[in-house]
Amino acid sequence: MSYQVPRFRHPELPKNELGYTKADYEGSISTLCAGCGHDSISGSIVRACHELSIEPHKIAKLSGIGCSSKAPTYFLGNSHGFNSVHGRMPSVVTGAALANRDLLYLGVSGDGDTASIGMGQFAHVARRNLNMVYIVMNNGCYGLTKGQDSATADEGSASKKGEPSPFGAIDLCATALQLGATFVARSFSGDKEQLVPLIKAAISHRGFALIDVVSPCVTFNNNPQSTKSYEFVREHAEATGTIDFVPMRTEITTEYKPGYTHEVTMHDGSSIHLYKVDEDLNPFDRRSAINTIEDHRANGTILTGLIYMDEDSRDLHDVMETSQRPLNELTEAELCPGNKMLQNINASLR
Amino acid sequence: MKRIESVNDFVIKFANVNGTGSASANNLFAKALFRMGIPVSPKNIFPSNIQGLPTWYEVRVNDKGYLGRRGGVDIALSVNPQSMAQDIQEVEAGGYFVYDNTKPLDLRLLRDDVNIIGIPLTTICNQEYSDPRQRQLFKNVIYVGALAALLDMDFKVLTSLVEDQFKGKEKLVLPNIHALELGHQWTRNNYECPIGIRVETSDKVGDKILLDGNTALGLGAVYGGATVAAWYPITPSTSVVDAFDKYVKRMRIDPGTGRKNYAIVQAEDELAAIGMAIGAAWNGARAFTATSGPGVSLMSEFLGLAYFAEIPTVLFNVQRAGPSTGMPTRTQQSDVLSCAYASHGDTKQVLLFPSTPGECFDFGAQAFDLAERLQTPIIVMSDLDLGMNDNMSPPLEWDDERTYDRGKVVTAQDLENGMDFGRYLDVDGDAICYRTYPGTHATKGAFFTRGTSRNEYAVYTEKGEEYEQNMLRLLRKWETIKDYVPQPEINPCGKETRFGVIYFGTSEESSREALDYLSHDGIHMDAMRVRSFPFNSAVKDFIEAHEEVFVIEQNRDAQLRTLLMAEFEFGPDKLKSVLCFDGTPISARNIRKQIRTHLNGDNVKPIHQRTVASAAGEKS
Repeated sequence: MSYQVPRFRHPELPKNELGYTKADYEGSISTLCAGCGHDSISGSIVRACHELSIEPHKIAKLSGIGCSSKAPTYFLGNSHGFNSVHGRMPSVVTGAALANRDLLYLGVSGDGDTASIGMGQFAHVARRNLNMVYIVMNNGCYGLTKGQDSATADEGSASKKGEPSPFGAIDLCATALQLGATFVARSFSGDKEQLVPLIKAAISHRGFALIDVVSPCVTFNNNPQSTKSYEFVREHAEATGTIDFVPMRTEITTEYKPGYTHEVTMHDGSSIHLYKVDEDLNPFDRRSAINTIEDHRANGTILTGLIYMDEDSRDLHDVMETSQRPLNELTEAELCPGNKMLQNINASLR
Repeated sequence: MKRIESVNDFVIKFANVNGTGSASANNLFAKALFRMGIPVSPKNIFPSNIQGLPTWYEVRVNDKGYLGRRGGVDIALSVNPQSMAQDIQEVEAGGYFVYDNTKPLDLRLLRDDVNIIGIPLTTICNQEYSDPRQRQLFKNVIYVGALAALLDMDFKVLTSLVEDQFKGKEKLVLPNIHALELGHQWTRNNYECPIGIRVETSDKVGDKILLDGNTALGLGAVYGGATVAAWYPITPSTSVVDAFDKYVKRMRIDPGTGRKNYAIVQAEDELAAIGMAIGAAWNGARAFTATSGPGVSLMSEFLGLAYFAEIPTVLFNVQRAGPSTGMPTRTQQSDVLSCAYASHGDTKQVLLFPSTPGECFDFGAQAFDLAERLQTPIIVMSDLDLGMNDNMSPPLEWDDERTYDRGKVVTAQDLENGMDFGRYLDVDGDAICYRTYPGTHATKGAFFTRGTSRNEYAVYTEKGEEYEQNMLRLLRKWETIKDYVPQPEINPCGKETRFGVIYFGTSEESSREALDYLSHDGIHMDAMRVRSFPFNSAVKDFIEAHEEVFVIEQNRDAQLRTLLMAEFEFGPDKLKSVLCFDGTPISARNIRKQIRTHLNGDNVKPIHQRTVASAAGEKS
């Protein structure tokens, strides 16, 4: 069981540029089921943040309710966390991000938390292009209440209970594209080599970055009739291509693999190299991205990898022209207009 | 025929069609009296509609400074045939009915105890203007000119007001003054002016201002240092954020960079609006949202989170008539219970009850200090009457020495010095704990905020005793809160009495007036205006000091009385209800009538019958 995982860490773990080991990015010991896909995603988040040398306390991790939303306890223990209300993480992140634009906002949600109860807030946070990473740990079922189908369960897919889902699935990537998300990717909890660079790219992206991560529920939805099982996903995932994330600081010295088809410079100066496999996808074109998702859906395959990004994304702070200094640092001097001004206002009301 | 005769003391009610521009003309009338130094209290009684339905504007004019609704109408000015039958019925015997007689009055409506004054408004307009829009707009200005003649208003005050109103649009000044003159001239030429009711320049206004409560709340938020406003449009609270927006645009844009020292988000719904306010407050910004009853229902889940996770949150609730969609443009004080105990589980929320725009401003700013000091939601309970009507108010004041109370916040230095940080650890014995803002320190002070139970160090727990300790601490915090929230205002009658009266918010003015009437009748009562929940001990002392206490409120179910009974365990015999819930502001005559009925009817009728029968009464 996962709670028996030892806390022992090798004394000479590699340190990142800030002098932190990976252990500094870990959280409490997971209480999720042994083998849960969510724990692998947590591991990828830890690795991405460690490798990017982000100060752990400069990240805020927020979630809603559900198995996925419990996960933030299990990574980034030195970051503030907020386990909010079911389906309402996007609004809490929006407020938090408005208050302090300098932190990195990592939202963690599930398929129930996002595609059902939280659909409204998901839609609007994407539309506003809030600068955040939004990770959906998508297992197609409600784990905490013992395995009911969620709105991302594919039609005909059956969980352990055996009843095939009678409804079509909501594809969160396609939905996000429609809603105006400026970075859309899909991945698989079992594919860290793909997921870690995607998380890094999402972090560097300025704007709303969705990563829909298929994350099998070992207890309720990992049976042969399920399209969200480890086996099914491994057999049916088709990557758009692979990506390498090249941080700004190391670009000059890093030996990167030749043969990439696209290099994208991110807002923070880092870049991603895209090794494109899928001939039909132009990941900088929203329509192409939607079409490619639909093509794969028609073929019964799962499109993974970077699906879309808008290189010219303007996030909510850009659009609203808010102060460069975080609003939560402003004091009476900037905020309070003073009594003289108030007396002028009084005079105008007589 | 009897003719009401009075100087600077009357009630006039304008009957208009909504969407015809009558509001600004009516406002011009009220403001002119205000500038003549006469206390006025204008109230809009408007439909939930954009165009075409009846709308009224009632102005109380009173030299003694009574600003509540009196009840009854001395002058009705009706330009709306839809409501004429009702309008003429409402006029007091000896009162005046002024109407557009371009179309003759239906003879069946005539009353022989009312003075009828016909002015051919439409005819005058049609002769003067060819553009239909002008005909409509100027008709309103013409009747203001007519009233100026009938009431002997200072015409110069009107013309200077018009000049002020159209500052920057000077070409509109002369046509408006011309329209005023048209009405004035016609009336003087055709009627003996003034009528029995007239006005005189007075000095009873002093340095007071005329302001609506929503603008005052918005300004309070500006001065209180709010940087994040998240909201969803709903009548009657919308103008709170409109006002905040107006003033921050003027006063909070950095002159150097042109960037905004604030953020306003129109959210997708009320759930998101309060979620944003909570997220921002959690992250160390002062944040608020404004809504009305239906919004409060939607926000309840988040209010429970903010209570339990102890996140400073400011909510302005401008109450309207419920339940459900109710009467969206009519006033009530009917969210007292739903706000006091908002959300599931054992929750208690802090409420502030302002009764004037000045207090809206003060509480609007103070709410942020209280929220951060007490680490809990603060709900400011205004209502439509206060929020959307111009109310006379003492001028707004701000002490430039005042600093914001940011509450117990741990700094990186405190953590560096080895402070034992537990987010829910009661270090000071006042049950208020310390918090850190996200991003404070690289390795210390981070914690997980959650709506689930947790121990003193914010670690998830399902241990009954830890949960219970935390809940009991919250109850101890509730006791601490009583020392911080505004004390009640007590007005002793100066005589030995066994009666007390409690009121709050917009019932204040009418209650004061009613108590004067009763005192004149020989019934003396001490009064207390409750200004906050939890109730301080002064509230309990007041009730205990009186044998019978009347609780005046604008809802059906006597919600404040219920709250007093629940918190203090007073019996139903001790607290009597005086209620008004027809959607209009409670009137002084109504209050007097209900109290007198109680006093005369004691020992005769069972309580429940008395309550229901008395609530409807309006006329004395």
